[in-house]
Amino acid sequence: MVPLNYYLILSALLFAIGVVGVLINRNAIVVFMSIEIMLNAVNLSLIAFSQFRGSPVGQVIVFLVMAVAAAEAAVGLAIILVIHRSRESINVDEVNLMKW
Amino acid sequence: MTLTIFLILALVSVLSSILVITQKNSVISALYLIVTLGSQAVLYFLLGATFIGVLQIIVYAGAIMVLFLFVIMLLNLKRDEFGPDQKKGQRVLAFLFTLFLAVEILAALKIGFSDGGTPAGAVLNPASGSPSEVARSLFIDFLYPFEIVSILLLVAILGVVVLVKKRF
Repeated sequence: MVPLNYYLILSALLFAIGVVGVLINRNAIVVFMSIEIMLNAVNLSLIAFSQFRGSPVGQVIVFLVMAVAAAEAAVGLAIILVIHRSRESINVDEVNLMKW
Repeated sequence: MTLTIFLILALVSVLSSILVITQKNSVISALYLIVTLGSQAVLYFLLGATFIGVLQIIVYAGAIMVLFLFVIMLLNLKRDEFGPDQKKGQRVLAFLFTLFLAVEILAALKIGFSDGGTPAGAVLNPASGSPSEVARSLFIDFLYPFEIVSILLLVAILGVVVLVKKRF
């Protein structure tokens, strides 16, 4: 049997990779993919906890997270499309209208 | 045996997610993201969470990835559109701080589980991942959140239509 710790360490690694992806990429779509990686890392630890506890509640939370991720991806990609229309670029460094 | 499968899947998901964030071409990183999501779905099956595993493949690897690929193809990005970094040392700082974050999380895990892998009293219970168990919890204890999700999805659809229809 694989110990619970292994799943949590894998989840932490994937989360860290997602954070690096958000920080080093300037392509807005790849930044979005990194956010998906982070959401999935958290889902993995939720499911590991849920299965080791013998309760389906964690999986219901993962279900809700998936719904929120789908909505977030749809709205975020629409925003990227609109930015690309007005600026001809999806470089996140150039989107600085609200920057102080 | 299970441990071997777990280690292979962990390796595949970590490597493919590193490839996602390092590719120049976003279509290729989207394809590597599918590999990551698929290997995580197999990890869910390994844990016994069959319902969420199937959902992961249908929703993430199916619907969301199709959305990503459509947007990438609509935008028709050039390969070298992004020049050098605006701020010097941003990459180094990003790696440094993320290393710090990872060490912090792993240290917290080590303190939390000082007596080996699994805490006392916790056993892997695959029965709690079956569709009937999840559905019972979803439709009895979490009925209101489940209904609110439908409103969330409706609002997301309306928001997308409004955003993309107008010309700003």
